[in-house]
Amino acid sequence: MSKPNSYRTGPDGAGRFGSHGGRFAAETLMPLILELEDAYRAAQADPSFREELDYYLEHYAGRPSPLYFAERLTEHFGGAKIYFKRDELNHTGSHKINNCLGQILLAKRMGKTRIIAETGAGQHGVASATVSALFGLPCSVYMGEVDVERQQPNVFRMKLLGSEVIPVSSGSRTLKDALNEAMRDWVTNVADTFYIIGTVAGPHPYPEMVRDFQSVIGEESKEQILKAEGRLPDTLVACIGGGSNAMGLFHPFLDDEGVKIIGVEAAGDGIETGRHAASITGGRPGVLHGNRTYLLQDEDGQITEAHSISAGLDYPGIGPEHAWLHDVGRVEYSSATDADALAAFQLCSKLEGIIPALEPAHALAHVAKIAPDLPKDHIIVMSMCGRGDKDIFTVAEMLGVTI
Amino acid sequence: MSEAIAEIETGRARIDARFKKLRGEGRAALVTYVMSGDPDLETAAQIMAGLPSAGADIIELGMAFTDPMADGPTIQVAGLRALKAGITLEKTMAMAADFRRHDTDTPIVLMGYYNPIHAYGVPAFLATAKASGIDGLIIVDLPPEEDAELCLPAIEAGLSFIRLATPTTDDARLGAVLENTSGFVYYVSYAGITGAGSADADTVGKAVSRIRRHTELPIAVGFGIRTPEQAKGIASVADGAVVGSAFIDALRDSLDESGKATATTVSAVLDLTKELAAGVAGAQKVAQQGELS
Repeated sequence: MSKPNSYRTGPDGAGRFGSHGGRFAAETLMPLILELEDAYRAAQADPSFREELDYYLEHYAGRPSPLYFAERLTEHFGGAKIYFKRDELNHTGSHKINNCLGQILLAKRMGKTRIIAETGAGQHGVASATVSALFGLPCSVYMGEVDVERQQPNVFRMKLLGSEVIPVSSGSRTLKDALNEAMRDWVTNVADTFYIIGTVAGPHPYPEMVRDFQSVIGEESKEQILKAEGRLPDTLVACIGGGSNAMGLFHPFLDDEGVKIIGVEAAGDGIETGRHAASITGGRPGVLHGNRTYLLQDEDGQITEAHSISAGLDYPGIGPEHAWLHDVGRVEYSSATDADALAAFQLCSKLEGIIPALEPAHALAHVAKIAPDLPKDHIIVMSMCGRGDKDIFTVAEMLGVTI
Repeated sequence: MSEAIAEIETGRARIDARFKKLRGEGRAALVTYVMSGDPDLETAAQIMAGLPSAGADIIELGMAFTDPMADGPTIQVAGLRALKAGITLEKTMAMAADFRRHDTDTPIVLMGYYNPIHAYGVPAFLATAKASGIDGLIIVDLPPEEDAELCLPAIEAGLSFIRLATPTTDDARLGAVLENTSGFVYYVSYAGITGAGSADADTVGKAVSRIRRHTELPIAVGFGIRTPEQAKGIASVADGAVVGSAFIDALRDSLDESGKATATTVSAVLDLTKELAAGVAGAQKVAQQGELS
């Protein structure tokens, strides 16, 4: 494949990133999907939309988030300089709020009166519930039964925020099934309902729109690292379920040739066991949830269940732009196991006083692998996309501790 | 070579011939949906074989998928039962081929989602489908925007690509929806998932009239038709009534506690087919009376 002039021009008019992406949606939804695209283009062209979003990002979500030099981890690994982009300090505790603020402002512009969302770890559900409370719209969050069980604190949080949490009992009862059920709700309530998709997936324009709303992560990081180090980083690392925090960090750097970019998928019990959530490493292209991308599937095209300790990464697909960045070789996709992530989770808590979510603990697990062998002037920026309060029950169980 | 061409022509012509025949009889088509391989391959094949004599005019053969985003719980569970019993796309097409050995007239339309076909490979799928006597495709997650994926190759291969039109498909969009549609148009009676709503003949009648202004193709209506009375109502305003979830509910109710077929499974589906066929036939009288008065 020939090298494009820019890695930042996608998607094309049909919503494609190379062969990935597209609009594989039911006819009932298509008119609304096209209307959404028009509304998004109008919002992009309207400076007042950006102004309003920036206002909420700053005064409500608490942006910019700090770029923090993780000195003790750097010392511990003894190699590359490690920076955390601390989106876990945002209001609601993760990067998800960036996108939710953007989408709810769009929902308002479109005159929609009801919000739905899917959630895995509950972070996107909490962020959706939060912005719904802020703008006074009723919100229903679909969440797999398995995830409801392992993310109780977030379930309660969503309820406190006035949202309805609907446990999903179909299929594998995790994020993929929550998405199916949200789509079913959407197709039924298409006239009044806005679906806030939480990741860079779904039918066009969602992957592009969510990427744009999350790109604030990378834009701030760029400015902050230039201020701190006087130059761009050597390596970016972020975890990937659907891939929204990663795309947000990566996208502003895609055309900076010297910056190596690494996405870390969840390897669960290990890729070789088949019990993982690494769709690029262990899947192949297919069509699900409105887009073509790498999917975990059997040879008959049936979607197989993903496995990860982290509910937020427990998804059998990946955003289509990541699929394309893999195909063209701009981003390297690696993976980290449950055990690796758990070790990184504990290490970060003890050395930095930051309890990371299990999702970015996967990114840190990869940093732990590469940092020791890199020179001391090598700069890594890692996306610390969520905080780990929600995960303490899961981690306690894994460690055999009763709390 | 000439055999292959003959097969293409048969495939394309079967749906047209069926609607032409029904028009001659002055009645609408009963289109029945069965999930391939549910609750097991053999039972599903027996049901399929019995459908035409029970009154089904066109058979929609469901292709099971793990993540049927536009389907309600009834069809979701049916697909999972079929997958558990070992159904694959290959076996579904083989089942159609078996059926075709005894019935060369009843059109078979495959209905489902794109990914199993994507995994099979589009050219290989179209070749096998054609050779299996399949006449058309209804693929829920392939709107006109994605016609290059399967719709255009299917038409080229001589298969009908039957598009869904819905209450949200406005006049501006209807042209695009109808452009590459052949065989018939499938009008979805309400915005929602299968098995969740109820088709209202008056509302549907208006929608069908609207679509008729844009196409000469027959218009079949599905979603929310469960009873002979509803089938009759729809058959009096459209060219076909599609019934799905009601059959699967009847099938499910006949299964034993472990979800296996019993002695009544085949007859449960075929008896309902007869009742619905009587409903559709009843609409003929309504239509004729209308013409007479």
